[in-house]
Amino acid sequence: MNHRFLVLVGSLVVPAAVTWLSTMPVAGQTRSAGARTSGSSAKTYTAPRTPDGQPDLQGIWSNTTITPLERPKDVTKEFFTREEALEAAKRVAAQEEEQTEPGTVADVHYDFTQFGLDRSQAAMALNLRTSLIFDPPDGRLPPLSAEGQRRAAERAAARKSRGGLHDAVQNEPLGARCILMDRNGPPMLGGAYNNGYQIMQAPGYVMILTEMLHDVRVIPLDGRPHLPPNVRQWTGSYRGHWEGQTLVVETTNLTDKFAFQGASENMRLTERFTRVDDDTLRYQFTVEDPATWTRPWSAEVPWKKDVGPLFEHACHEGNYGLYNTLAGARAEEKRAAEEAAKKRSPK
Amino acid sequence: MQKWLKRALTVSLGLALAVISAGGQTRTYRAPRAADGKPNFNGIWQALNEAYWDVEAHAAAPSPVLELGAAHAVAPGLSIIDGATIPYKPQALAKKQENFANRLKLDPEIKCYLPGVPRANYMPYPFQVIQGPKYIMMIYTFAGAVRTIYMDAHKEAPADSWMGWSNGHWDGETLVVDTTGFNDQTWFDRAGNFHSDALHVVERFTAASRDHLLYEATIEDPNVFTRPWKISMLLYRRLEKNAQIMEFRCVEFVEELIYGHLRKKPSR
Repeated sequence: MNHRFLVLVGSLVVPAAVTWLSTMPVAGQTRSAGARTSGSSAKTYTAPRTPDGQPDLQGIWSNTTITPLERPKDVTKEFFTREEALEAAKRVAAQEEEQTEPGTVADVHYDFTQFGLDRSQAAMALNLRTSLIFDPPDGRLPPLSAEGQRRAAERAAARKSRGGLHDAVQNEPLGARCILMDRNGPPMLGGAYNNGYQIMQAPGYVMILTEMLHDVRVIPLDGRPHLPPNVRQWTGSYRGHWEGQTLVVETTNLTDKFAFQGASENMRLTERFTRVDDDTLRYQFTVEDPATWTRPWSAEVPWKKDVGPLFEHACHEGNYGLYNTLAGARAEEKRAAEEAAKKRSPK
Repeated sequence: MQKWLKRALTVSLGLALAVISAGGQTRTYRAPRAADGKPNFNGIWQALNEAYWDVEAHAAAPSPVLELGAAHAVAPGLSIIDGATIPYKPQALAKKQENFANRLKLDPEIKCYLPGVPRANYMPYPFQVIQGPKYIMMIYTFAGAVRTIYMDAHKEAPADSWMGWSNGHWDGETLVVDTTGFNDQTWFDRAGNFHSDALHVVERFTAASRDHLLYEATIEDPNVFTRPWKISMLLYRRLEKNAQIMEFRCVEFVEELIYGHLRKKPSR
């Protein structure tokens, strides 16, 4: 087998790389070219129908984006011009390319441009928005409620009391542990790479497969009640229905352990999927959680048709990064203790 | 032609076709159809046997973990294998026995690893089939495993994986799934039955009634077995109105087991 391909597969299962990239600051990031996606294009486009009459959302999609969730402080408008957006996309592409130094360790692990995993080579829908959040209109998360502030402080204190990030596996980020990728939620936001989703529809169900962590939601459309309130799941209890051309998915029963953007477990999520043309799906979501924010907020990410196929992302099974991070931290402590002992009793 | 006669003829023609396509075996059931005219296997299914402990015949036995007592004791079961036992090569049989002896350390199920094929189909959890003309998806409870079965554009596996790479086609009433591209990390059960990365599995799903599927799989691996061997069992439809695949994100359950020894020691 091709060596480069092995390196590629290796890089997909190294969660350290995942974490590094998903937390990577992309300064001044903006949005690539294209049409505004918030408008009324859905009204002029009628999606094809599945044999059982659902609007057809099926296919492989990419939610790759360079638009930040929140509008940068120095940007005052809701939309870029096409020229500004193109310029911003070029800037992001250049930054991602610079992160690789040929002939170094970084070249082996992080050369995402070489493997086509960087965003400039990914399928990316056109979007002129300056932030994914479109409500509130300032494009930023609403202020925390009093309860939200109190809980944020409590969570920070609890984290501190558990010790350092590498003291125990339970202190590591969820993504590094291959439990849940923050960016895949729900709600589903793009990351630096592997933003593949597959939608399939069968009578009474819509299935959404996320390539990262092979997460699947099989969403029932039959109007059944949510799971009982004591049953909490990482991806919650999700129920769907159609409103005209739009698939609406309502999610409750989330867990405190995920805490999307600091939300409480009682967060209520409403996702809306609308096919706006053959190659574009408009994905909008609204977060309601008075225990965290003073008002609901909404964001929008356009999804672009992609070619696929998706491949098995066996993250936990190949999680050498996590093992080595913890083992490395223990080795460092041992070395430091030995050096301290040597200093105390020099020969 | 009178309506009743027409209907009777249509039904008997369907039955005749089902019998022919099943290769001479007597089968009288013709599955309801999906929109593309193929047998409709959409639904939530589950095996109801004890092969997840051991695909070969086995008596009840104590739990491998003392503290779990009778609650996690080995459930007794009969063989699902045509010919009762797995035709291991002598060295492979020795490795199977070693696997069994060290199963608490080695069984990939204990570590929440993707279960592989065919094991995923007879674990004690339901799985859901979402069927389309181009893809058929199998979504498993255990570890959130998922398989994509490519029905139209058949491809070679791009790389080895835990759940393998599945190409499918219809043989009359039967969905035939041909899976290769496995790694050598998965087992067939909790008894240490294993394979190499040369594993090749051909599965046949045939409706036996509206709510039963006959599941058969031929298992081939010249590195480990002297000849191909076959398993069969029934899969049962989960008929509860509220049946659904629930989350079983077991990584969290095994972290302390796998990484607990790397916890920072309290400083003195």
